[in-house]
Amino acid sequence: MTDTAPAAASPALAARSVTKRFRGVVANDRVDFEVAAGEVHALLGENGAGKTTLCNVLTGLYRPEEGYVEIGGKAVRMHSPHDAHEAGIFMVHQQFRLVQSLSVAENVVLGWTRHGGTWFAPRRVEPEVAALAEQYGMDVAPQAKIWQLSVGEQQRVEILKALYRGARILIMDEPTSVLTPQEVDQLVATLRAMARSGSAVVFISHKLPEVLAVSDRITVLRSGRTVGTVDTAATSAEALAHMMVGRDVVFGDHAAAHHAGGEVVLKLEGLCAENDMGTPALVDVGLDVHAGEILGIAGVAGNGQRELAEVIAGERPRTGGSVTIAGKSQQGRPWEAIDTGLGYVPEDRMGVGVAPGLSITDNLRLKNYRRGGTILRNKKATEEAEELIRRFDIVARGPRTLARELSGGNLQKLIVARELSSGAKVLVVSSPTRGLDVGATESVRTLLADSARRGVAVVLISEDLDEIFELADRIAVLYRGRVTGVLNRGEADVDRIGLMMAGEVAA
Amino acid sequence: MSGINANIGISIVVSAILYGTPLLFAGLGELFAERSGILNLGVEGMMLMGAVCAFWTSQKMDGPSWLVLIVAVLVGALAGAVMSLIHAFLSITLRANQIVSGLTLTIFAGIIGLSSYLGVVGNLGAQAGRHQFSDINVFGLKDAPVVGPILFHESPLVYLSWLFVILSLLYLYRTRPGLHLRAVGESPQAADAMGVNVIRYRYLHTLLGGALAGVGGAMFTLQIATNWINGLTAGAGWIAIALVIFAFWRPDLLLVGAYLFGAFLGLGYDLQARGITSIPTEFWSALPFLMTIVALVAASTGSVRRRLGAPAALGLPYAREEG
Repeated sequence: MTDTAPAAASPALAARSVTKRFRGVVANDRVDFEVAAGEVHALLGENGAGKTTLCNVLTGLYRPEEGYVEIGGKAVRMHSPHDAHEAGIFMVHQQFRLVQSLSVAENVVLGWTRHGGTWFAPRRVEPEVAALAEQYGMDVAPQAKIWQLSVGEQQRVEILKALYRGARILIMDEPTSVLTPQEVDQLVATLRAMARSGSAVVFISHKLPEVLAVSDRITVLRSGRTVGTVDTAATSAEALAHMMVGRDVVFGDHAAAHHAGGEVVLKLEGLCAENDMGTPALVDVGLDVHAGEILGIAGVAGNGQRELAEVIAGERPRTGGSVTIAGKSQQGRPWEAIDTGLGYVPEDRMGVGVAPGLSITDNLRLKNYRRGGTILRNKKATEEAEELIRRFDIVARGPRTLARELSGGNLQKLIVARELSSGAKVLVVSSPTRGLDVGATESVRTLLADSARRGVAVVLISEDLDEIFELADRIAVLYRGRVTGVLNRGEADVDRIGLMMAGEVAA
Repeated sequence: MSGINANIGISIVVSAILYGTPLLFAGLGELFAERSGILNLGVEGMMLMGAVCAFWTSQKMDGPSWLVLIVAVLVGALAGAVMSLIHAFLSITLRANQIVSGLTLTIFAGIIGLSSYLGVVGNLGAQAGRHQFSDINVFGLKDAPVVGPILFHESPLVYLSWLFVILSLLYLYRTRPGLHLRAVGESPQAADAMGVNVIRYRYLHTLLGGALAGVGGAMFTLQIATNWINGLTAGAGWIAIALVIFAFWRPDLLLVGAYLFGAFLGLGYDLQARGITSIPTEFWSALPFLMTIVALVAASTGSVRRRLGAPAALGLPYAREEG
């Protein structure tokens, strides 16, 4: 690898003092950013730091209020993503834009009319697509339909779409959040191959290790501003974390001290369920969760995690098997699960977790409505709410604050507080720290570890492997609705879990 | 004895094709609209407008019969297309509920609406048709055994419909615009992101759908009935919508389905004419509608629809997400 200084020539793509506001909120405040041909440039920052906004400016979806975008040293005004495509700038969004019922090749050539004319011959296009995939080390069959592909393969199709159109600049928005560790390695190889062939790659992420592994340079954003650009070789995780949050971050150690080996309080046997499409989402899932332990459920998104949580909570009918909470077999009704001691922190905290238009007090007592009479005792409820706000360290003006006015982290703490305060024996949490900043993430994780220490059985469903490794005593992996294995933390490593996430059954 | 049976068989096929062809035209039209994601329940209304406008033209226009008929069919197509423009504007531009908009169209143009009004104003009900399509004897093969009356002695409209089926298949699966059409109906977001003009595709195919429904309607007044009666399509538009579902949104299967339903429609008349009344003729005529109900129920159930292979964005308005 040659250490060329890419800043010498004019950058392939640059943002010059870009400002973008949304209803008075400044998402980008005089942001400067540039990426050179031949490099992988990471854009690092916490959620809400303005990374995605910046990229939407760079790809013509948003127009900056101040500042401008430069392509190859020339200032341009783009009016739509189409203009960006014309200039060879493509973005792979977190939500893929693929047509499920069409083949890989069909998706790749979709909308492309530059050459090839009116007729469309799959037999001519498919080898082209296959050759392109081969060139960049991507493993994907051009005649396969999108719905048959794994999320990782679908991502490759998105990249192929850009390459087929002659992309010179590729922007990847949080590309690794949906991948197994092995798929991440493959993606990195592809991106490096693109950079070697002279393309510019922008890699958006909030995960430090992968940013350090993949990039040549790193630009850090915080609260809508550019903190700085550094050479990857000359920096460290600690330095980057400091740049991201503006202060030193102490990463706590939540491991150990859970007294595993308690009695089984949540027992799943032969559990089967369907997803919203009516196809099997859970197949013969059997798990025991003990009092005082955290069982992590790992897996690539969409492998049955949501259905598992909903079935345990009684919100989704099961098609087979049984759920037993604290020794009591469940018929599959939400109130029944609550009464027997289930706490549930759903993935969609604003939509399902709380009633956004109600106050903290009202949200806290939503779950207790079956206990104690018809008349609401507001004074008592308010006092209880104040107590919980204090105990769980929720930052809010007071008990009357509406749930929707809380920040993501405080909202999550409110929900966890409610679920724990009703004396839950089992706590099921789905992606509890998604979208939270580093500080809030730490306190939510501390809450979960504490509740396990106090004897609650915690089921932690998360796509964030780091989180699972940090918290869980045992790790179960879901793949296409099946449990491919359960490992103790001691015997689990990223490679092994990664293979299980790709469907390999643990020996 | 076997000769008579063979004759009955051939005449059933012939009448299946005759009654099935308007279903095929209207069904192809609806197929295109639905492939672009637009569910148009106004087919019956558009067919009735096509029927009355085509008949009006054929009665008022002077000229050689072949020219009058061609112009009449084109006017019928235009009438259907104009009607579908209403649906397109409401459901694509204004993003109205497509079911409501389509039903409104059928009521507006239908048996107690515009088509009825035009027929009464033009005093069409009292007139015998001046022009009608007659079967062509292709290659002089009409008397060839079995295939002669079926393949080589049909109305020009039947041959036109066969041409359309072939063109539809080529268009959908072998051209880029066809690929774009399928993408627009499945995922307008993905198509839009790749530079396909979703709005234009939806408008064009909804209009094409209206035009083909108009041609289907014109066939009733210019060939099947050869006069105009209020509401003469008698539900054919609804059958056409159901056919699209039965055909899994594929033109080739649509052809088979149209003739199957056409056979049921024709069978009633045919058996009646032969004095075979052991099963009431109404039963045969009612059968397509029974199946239509089943199909429409299936289509309105989300999960079933998905499994049948409906375009994923069918019935959903599309608005580009803005920052």
